[in-house]
Amino acid sequence: MSRIGTTPPRFRRRVGRTPAVLVLPAVLALAFLVLPLAGLLVRAPWATLPQRLTDPQVLTALRLSLETATLATVLCLLLGVPLAWLLARVEFPGRRLVRALVTVPLVLPPVVGGLALLLVFGRRGLLGQWLDQTFGLTFAFTTKGVVLAEAFVAMPFLVIAVEGALRGADTRYEEAAATLGAGRWTTFRRVTLPLVAPGIAAGAVLCWARALGEFGATITFAGNFPGRTQTMPLAVYLTLEQDLEGAIVLSLILLLVSVVILAALRDRWISAP
Amino acid sequence: MTGSLVDARIVVDRGTFRLDIDLRIDAGEVVALLGPNGAGKTTALRALAGLVPLTDGHITLRDRRLDDARARRWVPAEHRPIGVVFQDYLLFPHLSALENVAFGPRSHGTGRREARTVAAAWLDRVGLADHVRRKPRQLSGGQAQRVALARALAVEPELLLLDEPLAALDARTRLDTRAELHRHLAAHPGATLLVTHDPLDALVLADRLVILEGGRVVQEGDAAEITAQPRTDYVARLVGLNLYRGRATGGSVEVAGGLTLMTTDAVDGDAFVAFSPIAVAVHVDRPTGSPRNTWPATITAVQRHGDNLRLQLDGPIAAAADITPAAAAQLELTPGRHVWAAVKATETRAYPADLPAEPQ
Repeated sequence: MSRIGTTPPRFRRRVGRTPAVLVLPAVLALAFLVLPLAGLLVRAPWATLPQRLTDPQVLTALRLSLETATLATVLCLLLGVPLAWLLARVEFPGRRLVRALVTVPLVLPPVVGGLALLLVFGRRGLLGQWLDQTFGLTFAFTTKGVVLAEAFVAMPFLVIAVEGALRGADTRYEEAAATLGAGRWTTFRRVTLPLVAPGIAAGAVLCWARALGEFGATITFAGNFPGRTQTMPLAVYLTLEQDLEGAIVLSLILLLVSVVILAALRDRWISAP
Repeated sequence: MTGSLVDARIVVDRGTFRLDIDLRIDAGEVVALLGPNGAGKTTALRALAGLVPLTDGHITLRDRRLDDARARRWVPAEHRPIGVVFQDYLLFPHLSALENVAFGPRSHGTGRREARTVAAAWLDRVGLADHVRRKPRQLSGGQAQRVALARALAVEPELLLLDEPLAALDARTRLDTRAELHRHLAAHPGATLLVTHDPLDALVLADRLVILEGGRVVQEGDAAEITAQPRTDYVARLVGLNLYRGRATGGSVEVAGGLTLMTTDAVDGDAFVAFSPIAVAVHVDRPTGSPRNTWPATITAVQRHGDNLRLQLDGPIAAAADITPAAAAQLELTPGRHVWAAVKATETRAYPADLPAEPQ
């Protein structure tokens, strides 16, 4: 029994040796991912940084980005979690087709997504016209439009993550809840949701990160109006045309915000293996 | 109307498998559904709980139709006055012991504070008053089992279902938990159905045993009836008897292999003969004298069985024989050895194989 827990030396050495065929590409991949970020840091105008950071235009764009990404995530949670539940738990005809449709925004170029949104939710769009006339709701080229564009692009991330979590969850807990007299809604609220909470959180983080970086659909559907629809990625792109250093500063901020929030949430919600 | 609290005919088709059983349970009665793996025990339990729809048949609980396949009536699980203790308990991992037990009362519309009071009282009854705040992962197997029982009983079910309630426990915990479970089941005023593959659980906990094989009831009765007169090989093994089926004429029964066994019970027609492994004597030479049944046999296996050794014998009939280790050493009883087996006629029991018509 005393041998348990001690690995024989020869066995340990064999486990420790990793093949170069795998290590080399792995190191290259890491460098490829990290070097551009390092480039941002190297070229950053550190001397003028404090002054540039307090530029009202930068702060406005940052605030708009954080607000719209958060609102888009909330919208995705409200609509996406029920959709994921439907896909995971209810047998209905055409379920596979629906699942395929949900993932379309993942592969669709965001610009195309933005154009499609314009055709439906634009002032003259199929739904947009009616919404505009009936409720006075205008989406195209407004902050609401930014949220809509971001939600459109980010929703699949949430739905896929939550559906995966729901499929992985043991449905027998839901049966146990039913035998205790809980209806489907109570069961969903008090048993299913808490069981898949980590999956939902992970999906929300992915969704938020995707929304924060959204560019193509936003600029196509909502335009590029400072203070209303100009989010950080748009500001980076626009600034790049006249002021490289300014674009670098904006990029750094975006990078910092993403890293800080992802790191904070990772410890709290996403369990790294 | 029948006098039973539960009156059910459960038919469930599962591809090639078909479960088809009649089940009646009185108020206060504990019935064990006993059978080998895959016999359909858990399917029957799930059908009663409303988790599996019936293909045919009906389920009536206190004169209320919960299922009626022909009338397309099906009451969903959450509207059945039934409590379930699942095999691995399925305590909600994110809720404390108290909240787990309070879940049922709350789902039935009791206020939060009152549901907690009810739950605390139940946890106290199962001896876990000190563990109300624990999460399921902080409970031992035996404690989790008691929380699961409290959770099922807290909704005051008319029918309590237990699916292998002791299977997940180690041997020592099982002994204590079984005794305690017996106490709680005896106190339960409603009907109880216990699903198990462990004959000891069934014999200790149940008033009546229903034995299921291949989706059908093969035998039914109290512990004494079943242990005295097993009707299938599975039941015979459960109660530890050698069992044969044959044609009886008076005191002799012709069984497989052309062998005729003498008994002191007079039966005619299709009959069972049963005898205990302890009644089988093993000799190196053919025994003579005394009214014995003897046949030549080959030893195929020798195992330890309590204080004795159990020999598996092959020959015209397969049989188990229990002998003392001393006798085994003296006779050099090793696998492959040819011996003679002998059973006294007074040690065998014969009874008709055809079930008597059920009294209506």
